[in-house]
Amino acid sequence: MNIHEYQAREIFRQHGMPVPPGEVATTPEEAEKIAKTLGTGVVVKAQVHAGGRGKAGGVKLAATPAEAREAAGKILGMQIKGLTVTKVLVSPVEEIEHEAYVGAIVDRANGAVVLMASPEGGIDIEEVAAKTPELIFKETVDPRYGLLPHQASRLAYKLYAGDPGRARQAADIITKLYASMLGAGASLLEINPLITTKSGELKAIDAKMNIDDNELFRRTTIAELRDVEAEAPEEVKARAQGLTYIKLDGNVGCCVNGAGLAMATMDLVKYYGGEPANFLDIGGSSSPEKVVTAIEIITSDAAVQSILFNIFGGITRCDDVANGIVEATKEIELKVPITIRLTGTNEDEAVKILEDAGFSAMTDMDEAVQKAVELAKN
Amino acid sequence: MAIFADSNTRVVVQGITGRDGSFHTRQMMEYGTKVVAGVTPGKGGQTFADAVPIFDSVEAAVREEGANASVIYVPAAFAAGAICEAADSGVELIVCISEGIPVLDMLRATRYVADSGARLIGPNCPGMISPGKAKLGIIPGQIVEEGPVGVISRSGTLTYEVVWALTRVGMGQSSCIGIGGDPVIGTNFIDCLDAFESDPDTEAIVLIGEIGGTDEQNAARHIKEKISKPVVGFVAGQTAPPGRRMGHAGAIISGSSGTAEEKIATFKENGVEVAARPVDMPDLVGRVLNG
Repeated sequence: MNIHEYQAREIFRQHGMPVPPGEVATTPEEAEKIAKTLGTGVVVKAQVHAGGRGKAGGVKLAATPAEAREAAGKILGMQIKGLTVTKVLVSPVEEIEHEAYVGAIVDRANGAVVLMASPEGGIDIEEVAAKTPELIFKETVDPRYGLLPHQASRLAYKLYAGDPGRARQAADIITKLYASMLGAGASLLEINPLITTKSGELKAIDAKMNIDDNELFRRTTIAELRDVEAEAPEEVKARAQGLTYIKLDGNVGCCVNGAGLAMATMDLVKYYGGEPANFLDIGGSSSPEKVVTAIEIITSDAAVQSILFNIFGGITRCDDVANGIVEATKEIELKVPITIRLTGTNEDEAVKILEDAGFSAMTDMDEAVQKAVELAKN
Repeated sequence: MAIFADSNTRVVVQGITGRDGSFHTRQMMEYGTKVVAGVTPGKGGQTFADAVPIFDSVEAAVREEGANASVIYVPAAFAAGAICEAADSGVELIVCISEGIPVLDMLRATRYVADSGARLIGPNCPGMISPGKAKLGIIPGQIVEEGPVGVISRSGTLTYEVVWALTRVGMGQSSCIGIGGDPVIGTNFIDCLDAFESDPDTEAIVLIGEIGGTDEQNAARHIKEKISKPVVGFVAGQTAPPGRRMGHAGAIISGSSGTAEEKIATFKENGVEVAARPVDMPDLVGRVLNG
């Protein structure tokens, strides 16, 4: 789960990180009020789950409260990578002397948290990694012992060699970054940039945090940070039913059991010259109700010209899926053709249920995908 | 032979009385797996399906019934703890089916298992099956058959699809291992490749990968250096958008890394044949087996 910058800043603040003040506004008037309270020049930043906000015009400087209102008016409602901006963060403009980067990620290959720091902050860290990998410093945290003080210090002195004042601040910030990770159940955190002000103070002025979805069951206050307005409504609806749905740009709506098979099915659609409209995994033990929801979601996408079911019954029973399809089509009138492939557990019962209701079923995945792709073209 | 588990494997099921645990324990028993004990704290002294004694701890199951492998079906909140308990009790093999375990918990659990010397398969996986010998997990028994092909996969139903395609044309399997779709797992592709390499009954290996991480790329380089048996690969997720978690927690393209394209290219650079479609797998395996 992605959270917004202003939410990540709040988590950092709770862990004692030096984060500048600032508040979030949903209207230009609110932005003006916040700027007035801050009493300084401000930066108004779009709060969306997308990178490249600056380039898209989603970050603006404002010298006066009136300018802040104007800037917020321009940013609110703006589209950035297909997402509508509904909130802006209003924060004081900082005088920046230097920009660094610090981050923490779960390193899959090592099975450990890795802390990273670079004196080349302010730009995409992937770019730094590609061009000047020697400017990225790392410390691997042994999960048995946690972050040890010397590791934080070692990273800090690599960032600010010869400057103990700043290095001590950085070691403290790195320690708090790791504490924030554990505290919030994050799988990735970044402060980019970590700035040095004219007076030699370090401040975290941008914050990025991804929360591990698997943590949410035990972190209710973090789970409440989810901004459903910033997500596609169908994805929210799918999640509530225990389905995973991701909208894509094509016109073949896919409904599959299992994530790997769902991806392979999308790939096959492409292989046969079509474009998948979505990723949809109905999961393991599928009830007919889940299938009904799946069909509701797929058919709510106006771009879908053809629906494809691909079910390999293991734990999932094919007859459950068949019943779901029959049930759903009683409630929803299908305006596009449906192609059903199912094989495995209770396949025969499923075929009978479908045929009695006037559908036909296939057993070969490739034939079904080809047919669904053809139907989408008509 | 087979890898990791065979007819001598004595299984304890953690979470045997739960909905999934009880259903799949019956399936494992029907397949002929030696399920010697179950564990549900608080239900020690009871019996499952009139045949399997239930204990309060894995330690008791190992002591009383000589269990040497554990299969875990407990809810995500308790699963990392269950893994550590199994490792602490001295079983050699731990198969964790549970999904949804926080990754920070898994960092500690995988380390704990490694320190104990046990092998962990999963979590968030279908488990493994050695056809005709033992099934530890949820892979449907009716789709496999004994034979010379070793199968390793990050997925569940996609594995079934490929295994079933192999079985239909008479290409049986020595063992099928679902290593799991999470970012942090126990046994990885390389561990399985090495085991199949030393297994006399395995003649060819099928490796089913997906987007996210670098396990496939590392496996590809390892195959070139260390594996003499032919390997055929498949990578799911060529049409997956970056930055989105495709169902599996580990199936996510981060920035520009972990794409299917990158993985397929690395396989090919290292001499591993890659199937364009799952249905092409039997032909490719047939070719490498005969050639």
